[in-house]
Amino acid sequence: MNAPSLTPSPSSALYAEPRDPLSAEASLVAALLALDGAGLGGVALRAPACPLRTDWLALLRGLLPAATPFRRLPLHASSAALLGGLDLSASLHHGRVQAQPGLLAQAHQGWLVLGMAERVPAHMTAQLCAALDTHEVRLEREGLTQLHPAHIALVALDEGMEDDEQLPAALLDRLAFHLPLESGPDEALWQAQDLAAARQRLPQVSLPDRVLQAVCAASLALGVDSMRAPLMALRCSRALAALDGQDEVSEDHASMAVRLVLAPRATRWPASEPAPAEPQPAPDSPEPKESEEPPPDKEAPPPDDAPDAGAEPELTEDTVEDSHEDLALPQGALEEMLVQAALAAVPPGLLAALKAGQMHRRASAAQGRAGALQKSLQRGRPVGTRRGELRSGARLHLLDTLRAAAPWQRWRHQQADALASIGPKPRILVQREDFHVRQFRQNRPTTTVFVVDASGSAALHRLAEAKGAVELLLAECYVRRDRAAVVAFRGAGAEVLLPPTRSLARAKRSLAGLPAGGGTPLASGLDAAHQLALQITRQGESPVVVVLTDGRANLARDGSPGRVRATEDALAAARQFKLAGITALLIDTSAQPQATAQTLAQTMGASYIPLPHAGAQGLSQAVRLATAKSAS
Amino acid sequence: MLCNTCYAMAIPFPFSAIVGQDDMKLAILIAAIDPSVGGVLVVGDRGTGKSTAVRGLAALLPPMKAVVGCRYGCDPAATSACCEDCTARRASGPPPKTHLIPVPVVDLPLGATEDRVVGALDLEKALSQGVKAFEPGLLARAHRGFLYIDEVNLLEDHLVDLLIDVAASGENVVEREGLSVRHPARFVLVGSGNPEEGELRPQLLDRFGLSVEVKTPETLTERVEVVRRRDAYEQDPAGFAEQWKAEADKTRKRIVAARKRLAHTAIPEAARERAAQLCMALGTDGLRGDLTLIKAARACAALAGEPAVTDAHIRQVAGPALRHRLRRNPLDDAGSGVRVERAVAELMGA
Repeated sequence: MNAPSLTPSPSSALYAEPRDPLSAEASLVAALLALDGAGLGGVALRAPACPLRTDWLALLRGLLPAATPFRRLPLHASSAALLGGLDLSASLHHGRVQAQPGLLAQAHQGWLVLGMAERVPAHMTAQLCAALDTHEVRLEREGLTQLHPAHIALVALDEGMEDDEQLPAALLDRLAFHLPLESGPDEALWQAQDLAAARQRLPQVSLPDRVLQAVCAASLALGVDSMRAPLMALRCSRALAALDGQDEVSEDHASMAVRLVLAPRATRWPASEPAPAEPQPAPDSPEPKESEEPPPDKEAPPPDDAPDAGAEPELTEDTVEDSHEDLALPQGALEEMLVQAALAAVPPGLLAALKAGQMHRRASAAQGRAGALQKSLQRGRPVGTRRGELRSGARLHLLDTLRAAAPWQRWRHQQADALASIGPKPRILVQREDFHVRQFRQNRPTTTVFVVDASGSAALHRLAEAKGAVELLLAECYVRRDRAAVVAFRGAGAEVLLPPTRSLARAKRSLAGLPAGGGTPLASGLDAAHQLALQITRQGESPVVVVLTDGRANLARDGSPGRVRATEDALAAARQFKLAGITALLIDTSAQPQATAQTLAQTMGASYIPLPHAGAQGLSQAVRLATAKSAS
Repeated sequence: MLCNTCYAMAIPFPFSAIVGQDDMKLAILIAAIDPSVGGVLVVGDRGTGKSTAVRGLAALLPPMKAVVGCRYGCDPAATSACCEDCTARRASGPPPKTHLIPVPVVDLPLGATEDRVVGALDLEKALSQGVKAFEPGLLARAHRGFLYIDEVNLLEDHLVDLLIDVAASGENVVEREGLSVRHPARFVLVGSGNPEEGELRPQLLDRFGLSVEVKTPETLTERVEVVRRRDAYEQDPAGFAEQWKAEADKTRKRIVAARKRLAHTAIPEAARERAAQLCMALGTDGLRGDLTLIKAARACAALAGEPAVTDAHIRQVAGPALRHRLRRNPLDDAGSGVRVERAVAELMGA
């Protein structure tokens, strides 16, 4: 193998040159994908439809070997189109079963390009993920049992504008690169023949174990949970080495790979790093982490006190360092370098970005944007057909019914002839098992439950503002045609002031006349809201609970006074929300953001919004996110 | 025409090489030792090796005896639960010939249509010869083995209904084009999914004997080992599988030995009482939880090579056997797992 010498190495030029990092990065990503597309899964390209995107796709195509399949995958491709199925006309024509391979199989050894990927439906997500994982398509459809190889890579064109418009998390997890395209790729860096050489070299590239360990450590330090991420970073570093004409992955390759693969996935700022000296995001800068939800089941300590929080679980930075010592790694410096490389790639406004990272992680669990989806046989947007009986108002899909009947016609006619049936025989013999009915999907309505703390401690100062916030949220509800309910608690206990109603004016009135004062039976309030939320769920709607409180409980469930018991009870009540997976939002109405309210929000699994900082914008955005989450 | 890498992918990641995830591995082994425990549901984070474990299972199972020429792979020793052919053959002639076949681990892929799941008329024959013949589906293929559904929460509702029905009766009935076929379909249902991506219907949840939750490993040492093994596997699947062959053989022997011991593993009255107490304390619905708990504990004891079920075994399987049966939040495993632990601690001490 005589690989052309690549001096001066284009990628080393890249490392040195901060000139226009994004364009160089875009072009490097294209080269890496052209080299090992199927191994890296592909790329989520975040950009609106624009010439830049076209340029980038053209660049990628130019680097691929000639005749590499490069297919567009329409967003609403049916399972049949994606997986394949029976080619009915050919089968009828030839009188034997003819299969029609699906797009996944057709793109074997090549690429699929998915447009508007932020709106990809759940079934397609799952099928794409399965193909990316197993590299094959298993077909059990329409009388066919087949196994096609599908060694594919995916370009997911993400045209989302808002933070909550994201690719499904499952799909993002399987794509090595998440690339926002803001300036055009730099075309001159690699040529197709460089890649041919690199492709030959790739299988021989070796990976030193210390690099492997350092990449794992870096992914942990950046709060990247998925195990696919470090694996893909390693694959990427191999590809980088091959591209560089090297036989072994070097530290530079690893740090570039970490920067490309891990940095966009970072969910937290490594604890030992100094806070970035950059313009802080405006209102909540004093407690940058306050609305950040810790990863499920582990408490991510706030960054500023982590170094002395020695007894925390494994995920804190200092424990990471402890385990390094256990392993006696000689390479603390290497990890440091990798983490630094990743951090350098995190765009300005890091805390905001990381916060948004938390947010879209939350939102992207939702497949639909508004309201949970439920299947129906009668109303909603049509989403295909299935075999079924014509009863309880199901609607027949004539075309699919005839399609199902078609292959059996010859046989049925023979049968009918044999039976010598009386009277004229219909030309097409349709039987009950052919019936296909339409399936529809409709949005599940959302009901917002307001839980208002009208006790003395909260109400006297802040109730007016809380009411203002609720009015704002009610306006949001009105736009979405949601229902609202109001639960208030003060003094002796909680009361459902207004059962779920569409009349938002009534909700407003019931709040306006709300008297204030007395103790804070927070637990009772939460219990009442929980009961109501479960009831709403049973009615087939999605509840979103908005709690307005300062979190300072002083009456226990049984009505006895005492802060300690009351707080315990309140936390227990809050836990039920998290357990039931009820979407909740906690608006802290106290004058200063309170630790108690934050803890409560965390226990509830609720988004936390301190009212003093929450402008109209912040509130409505938070509610939008919360409702998107409830759609999951 | 498969490319090299595709051949490579055909070699599954060895079960024994999975780092950690002891709950999941134990549950799968229990299902392999005593299929009557009734299936395993694995839920959890992305990229934790849920499907890897199930796909690696096939290589661990010792082959089973089956009637030669039976399309459903009937058990020669079974008196009931045979297909119609075998029942007829047994009535008329000498005992059938048998051979060893691998235990089927059948994938129910996403997007599978109903006709392929339950079986339907053979389209090829209908088209080319105009002949009516039954083509068995996935349920038939999974008879006496495992039926694996990845992303079980995304399964179409009508397929879920169908699976529930067959899993309960152990028999699949197909009526189509005037053809009426019934055949045995006893299989262990194995499902995996990510609860974030859709909920699982309580009826289907209840069909699973055990439910385990997997999490991403949190310590660096563990994560490094996961990545190291996975990387080695991806570089050279065949070599990696070869490296783990001894381990796989060992696990297979353990399964075989445990199966033999299973019938002789005693369930003392105290253990039964303990299980009943635990179920009562947790308020689980019905008797299924109680039964599964005892069966799983017995398989666990058999696996450990112990003569009788003790509290330790019950403790070990209480979570997987009960956590998805708690009445309040059938879908929330995290919360209910804690509740089970608490009840176990209260009953048996910490």
